[in-house]
Amino acid sequence: MVLKAFFPTCCVSADSGLLVGRWVPEQSSAVVLAVLHFPFIPIQVKQLLAQVRQASQVGVAVLGTWCHCRQEPEESLGRFLESLGAVFPHEPWLRLCRERGGTFWSCEATRRQAPTAPGAPGEDQVMLIFYDQRQVLLSQLHLPTVLPDRQAGATTASTGVLAAVFDTVARSEVLFRSDRFDEGPVRLSHWQSEGVEASILAELARRASGPICLLLASLLSLVSAVSACRVFKLWPLSFLGSKLSTCEQLRHRLEHLTLIFSTRKAENPAQLTRKANTVASVLLDVALGLMLLSWLHGRSRIGHLADALVPVADHVAEELQHLLQWLMGAPAGLKMNRALDQVLGRFFLYHIHLWISYIHLMSPFVEHILWHVGLSACLGLTVALSLLSDIIALLTFHIYCFYVYGARLYCLKIHGLSSLWRLFRGKKWNVLRQRVDSCSYDLDQLFIGTLLFTILLFLLPTTALYYLVFTLLRLLVVAVQGLIHLLVDLINSLPLYSLGLRLCRPYRLAAGVKFRVLQHEAGRPLRLLMQINPLPYSRVVHTYRLPSCGCHPKHSWGALCRKLFLGELIYPWRQRGDKQD
Amino acid sequence: MEDERSFSDICGGRLALQRRYYSPSCREFCLSCPRLSLRSLTAVTCTVWLAAYGLFTLCENSMILSAAIFITLLGLLGYLHFVKIDQETLLIIDSLGIQMTSSYASGKESTTFIEMGKVKDIVINEAIYMQKVIYYLCILLKDPVEPHGISQVVPVFQSAKPRLDCLIEVYRSCQEILAHQKATSTSP
Repeated sequence: MVLKAFFPTCCVSADSGLLVGRWVPEQSSAVVLAVLHFPFIPIQVKQLLAQVRQASQVGVAVLGTWCHCRQEPEESLGRFLESLGAVFPHEPWLRLCRERGGTFWSCEATRRQAPTAPGAPGEDQVMLIFYDQRQVLLSQLHLPTVLPDRQAGATTASTGVLAAVFDTVARSEVLFRSDRFDEGPVRLSHWQSEGVEASILAELARRASGPICLLLASLLSLVSAVSACRVFKLWPLSFLGSKLSTCEQLRHRLEHLTLIFSTRKAENPAQLTRKANTVASVLLDVALGLMLLSWLHGRSRIGHLADALVPVADHVAEELQHLLQWLMGAPAGLKMNRALDQVLGRFFLYHIHLWISYIHLMSPFVEHILWHVGLSACLGLTVALSLLSDIIALLTFHIYCFYVYGARLYCLKIHGLSSLWRLFRGKKWNVLRQRVDSCSYDLDQLFIGTLLFTILLFLLPTTALYYLVFTLLRLLVVAVQGLIHLLVDLINSLPLYSLGLRLCRPYRLAAGVKFRVLQHEAGRPLRLLMQINPLPYSRVVHTYRLPSCGCHPKHSWGALCRKLFLGELIYPWRQRGDKQD
Repeated sequence: MEDERSFSDICGGRLALQRRYYSPSCREFCLSCPRLSLRSLTAVTCTVWLAAYGLFTLCENSMILSAAIFITLLGLLGYLHFVKIDQETLLIIDSLGIQMTSSYASGKESTTFIEMGKVKDIVINEAIYMQKVIYYLCILLKDPVEPHGISQVVPVFQSAKPRLDCLIEVYRSCQEILAHQKATSTSP
């Protein structure tokens, strides 16, 4: 196999010295991490390497020599370099050489031992691959397929050469901590040797975050303790808490805030990214909420809104009355059963009358309620949207009631019809065996059954029409609520920090690498430049999206249609899966 | 070492294949697709603008005309940036991997790199495409679970779609490198 030498671009112009790095035998590749310059004391070099090996768990060793000189190396220098091979034994021993100001390199790799297989050369062919050390150190490789049974530190034969390179550079951070201004025993050249990178703001934030996190974590634990107290578990409050989406959203946000201000440090980069994404999401939410607040409270818009709300509710009730009058007549030219029509119509009209009286009772308080609801926007736009969804649900409560009445009536009728149809054919539903069995009925049973069947069948169109109309209205309201929930979900789960990172520092999220062949001359070793291939945006969102509330429609379209046809009540936005009627 | 030959694609358009032999272990094949023709661009623009003018005479709203211009510009930019591929390159490096690059007309480049450890073989396959049966070159990837299985088939030169003669050239060169790689690879 061709020997691959990964060489950092920052060391290309470094002075001559020793190559320090890691040798990966399965991939036949040498990852050069730094160049150690002359003069040095071999004992101190070996001590330093042992320290780095212990701290980083990476098998760092001296891989060979690096020669960057004015002209062809002299005899004495050549012999000196060869003698170094005896001081630092390593198989194979690399010798990289470059002329100062020249573009072409010469590389050799020699094995001291006799070749095991006959015909295998004592010298290997070398391929040079340049990589940007800073980018590879900071980036995170997202491989497309992850083996399900891989543990951390799996054999490199299964991981591949790229994962090995990224892993080596990332874990050898200990080696890059010293720069050329430190008075250490050895002088290294790597990406930080011109000066260690640090940021004052990051350091200040790190110092300040300790006490702040402690304070806020204690406050949040107090809030969670209050919300978990027994008063809220009693029946009316627990019922309300499970139905209202505002409570759900507030609980979700409390969880997020607890995560952000927890005093435990993040163990791996995935947790850190999740924390950062949560912070970005909360900040965006609060910013949008404050914008909404300032828009609402400026120029007395709340007053206008409150003034418009009661007439709108009245208008909706009036339209419903017109609809019912239309249904009580001859809707779309269909002929209804007059008696049943009048009964159902008058029943629903009385309901609307009650509803209008209720709205008029509430009208003086509407502006105050809206003002306080508007204040809740400072907790975040998602809370305000959830409140809006709940207000819509409350204002259209009469539509929900009509839908339930219509559905129950229709369901009862359908069940009765199916059972009597079985009787008509001489069959019966066997509850024990859960199947249809034949049954011999008496004559009077058959007579009554057929009579009831006929009555129900001829009353079916009326009931079906009422059911259809109110189901459509209910589905409209559910669709509006669904859109609002979708928007809330989007704000909750969008990974803004990762998207921003992908936009501004694309090398941090790597989907893979790309190679470019550099200027090549026949007889010289092949030189490649390895660059980072950033992750596409769709994969960033897919990998880093935050878990949302989970209020997704649980039924498929087929199951939904079947439920509608049979008259069973539908709850498409069921929260947390508890069954209530 | 570099040479260039011209072939044709499945629709009869002219393709140019550029081969670069950097070393016995590294080869690059660059296939250039026919450029965007002025004739088709003019035809599409005229159709869109005639339709917009027809709508304008019906509705008497000048917004339709500005919307048509906007749509044409955005459509052209979108087509050049996301759809029109100018060049497709296949770089095969012994014991490192295979890299496929597509360069779009707007200059965007999209690269995929497959490590040699994952590559099982490179083959020419037949496929039914619309009403034709065409040949295409594809890379077979190893299945990590099953040693003799194939987990994925990655087609190469998908938008250029060269004919069999061009594919045979590329296939022969790739097989030389793969054979060399299999002979010298150390089995785990």
